[in-house]
Amino acid sequence: MAVNILIPTALRNYAGGSDSVAVDAGTVDAALDSLTGKYPDLKKHLYNDEGRLRHFVNIYVNDEDIRYSEKGATPLKDGDAVSIVPSIAGGVAVIEDETANAVELDRDEILRYSRHLIMPEVALEGQKKLKAAKVLCIGAGGLGSPLALYLGAAGVGKLGIVDFDVVDFTNLQRQIIHSTSNVGRPKLDSAKERIAEINPYVEVVPHETALTSENALELFADYDIIVDGTDNFPTRYLVNDACVLSGKPNVYGSIFRFEGQATVFYAKEGPCYRCLYPEPPPPGLVPSCAEGGVLGVLPGIIGVIQAIETVKLILGKGDSLIGRLMLFDALKMKFRELKLRKNPECPICGVNPTIHELIDYQEFCGVTHQPQIDVGADFEITPAELKAKMDRGDEFVLVDVREPEEYAICRIPGSRLIPKATVPERLHELSSADEIVVHCRSGVRSGQVVDLMKQAGYRKVKNLVGGILRWSDDVDPSVPKY
Amino acid sequence: MAIKVKREHLDQIRKHGESTYPYECCGFLLGAREGETNVLGEAFPAENERRESRETRYLITPEQYKRADDYARSAGLGIIGYYHSHPDHPAAPSGYDLDHSCWPGESYIIVAVEQGKSAALNSFTKPDYTRFEQEEILIM
Repeated sequence: MAVNILIPTALRNYAGGSDSVAVDAGTVDAALDSLTGKYPDLKKHLYNDEGRLRHFVNIYVNDEDIRYSEKGATPLKDGDAVSIVPSIAGGVAVIEDETANAVELDRDEILRYSRHLIMPEVALEGQKKLKAAKVLCIGAGGLGSPLALYLGAAGVGKLGIVDFDVVDFTNLQRQIIHSTSNVGRPKLDSAKERIAEINPYVEVVPHETALTSENALELFADYDIIVDGTDNFPTRYLVNDACVLSGKPNVYGSIFRFEGQATVFYAKEGPCYRCLYPEPPPPGLVPSCAEGGVLGVLPGIIGVIQAIETVKLILGKGDSLIGRLMLFDALKMKFRELKLRKNPECPICGVNPTIHELIDYQEFCGVTHQPQIDVGADFEITPAELKAKMDRGDEFVLVDVREPEEYAICRIPGSRLIPKATVPERLHELSSADEIVVHCRSGVRSGQVVDLMKQAGYRKVKNLVGGILRWSDDVDPSVPKY
Repeated sequence: MAIKVKREHLDQIRKHGESTYPYECCGFLLGAREGETNVLGEAFPAENERRESRETRYLITPEQYKRADDYARSAGLGIIGYYHSHPDHPAAPSGYDLDHSCWPGESYIIVAVEQGKSAALNSFTKPDYTRFEQEEILIM
């Protein structure tokens, strides 16, 4: 392929004075080989002593950086323009050499990190960068657990964790930083103790607060890299925007049932979360792990990918996931990769950004603080009243609107399963002359069903307040909670 | 090595540094290489794309370089170097400047801006990849 290589002014002396050189090549590597074959003096100005492109040299084919294409193997076609473009004062290295040089490792640390120190990609220099690094994990849950454990073990010097939750039994199936004896304690306490047990050289900084538009920028200011281990859209957009505004990389992961995703959003070098998802999904469309479930082992894989990407950013080594979205399917046991592009029209990292400060992310994502529908006191019944009704032998129909998987876990005696989604088409099975009590797990879904039935003309329908959870608390503790 | 400039180029660079104070400004030097001398034809301002530590750091992305290079080529010029300001710091390159600079032979003009007012202005070049040395500024 006949292509044209544009020569920067500083290098024209080594290329016979010309500002562009025509070569015939099928790939970028072949084109550069051909160029340096013709003009051998150029070689040492394009490549370092190890034969790799100098760190400030970027190669573009027309308007595309080959880093986001197939790198040296990027194919060329007739008429392509290959540009040699430097970046000045750039580089992915998030930890600067001078910061890393200021720290020392003692004898015990040298022994502890010896398997890192003998690797050329880490070595003493890299281990010092890890020690100088300050990483903030958002959340000490499913993703935060493996992340914080491995980053702590690897020797990241300062590890901040933002969380305000308390360990409960439903966490233990996947949140391996917490243990059974910690149920009821703040997650930050158990995470801090566990990391200290693994590596006392790590400074764990607990931030017991919800991440908000008011505190995010101030929190992020003390850290080099932010790792997002959250499970809701408002916080994801908040983490993204705060990272873009403060110029920090956002190591992203998300999980649902058997599938996970991971990438690095870094607006200085590539796309951000808004380039991928300009708008949040309608509220309620994408279920959370609490609503849809998650395979307990899955966050192990995704969280560890995030930990590896974090370490690579700190070391400044390897090919980062910047500009690439990794998709993992545990059922198929397959990884796939999507290329992500920076959106020039992105409202926060594009050419003409319209967002210059943090906004109200609950509102942006359409999340209202009252998901519960108020059906009115006449249409409600407490578990104790329901029990009294049963004991009196009253005639009524008890409808359970949960999913079959939930019905298999536990049920209230005498209930009839009609999953919420099927209620509209099965309304004819219920007579408006009967007294009807509707229940679900916590009372939210059944409240919506009661509302729907009211609108359909049912007058003798009641919602079981607090659902089967409160039934277990108030009436029958032998019914397990989930 | 030396760089030939017009007084108005230096004024323009000084003004740019004052206007972005307390942050660093940065830009491209467009012109031609004549033997061992860089001849400045135009100072081309760039955006400092760093969002943090802009008091002590500047960043010129490849995209900006391409834009400046396209413009230079259309005007029959080339990128012969870069300029930036050092707010409340001497007009001399730092170790960071050296680590993140490009090819030998390019000119690096640094203007010190003290309390918002431009002060010393010097130009440097790299004889090789290991160091900067000051070069003479010749007023045309």
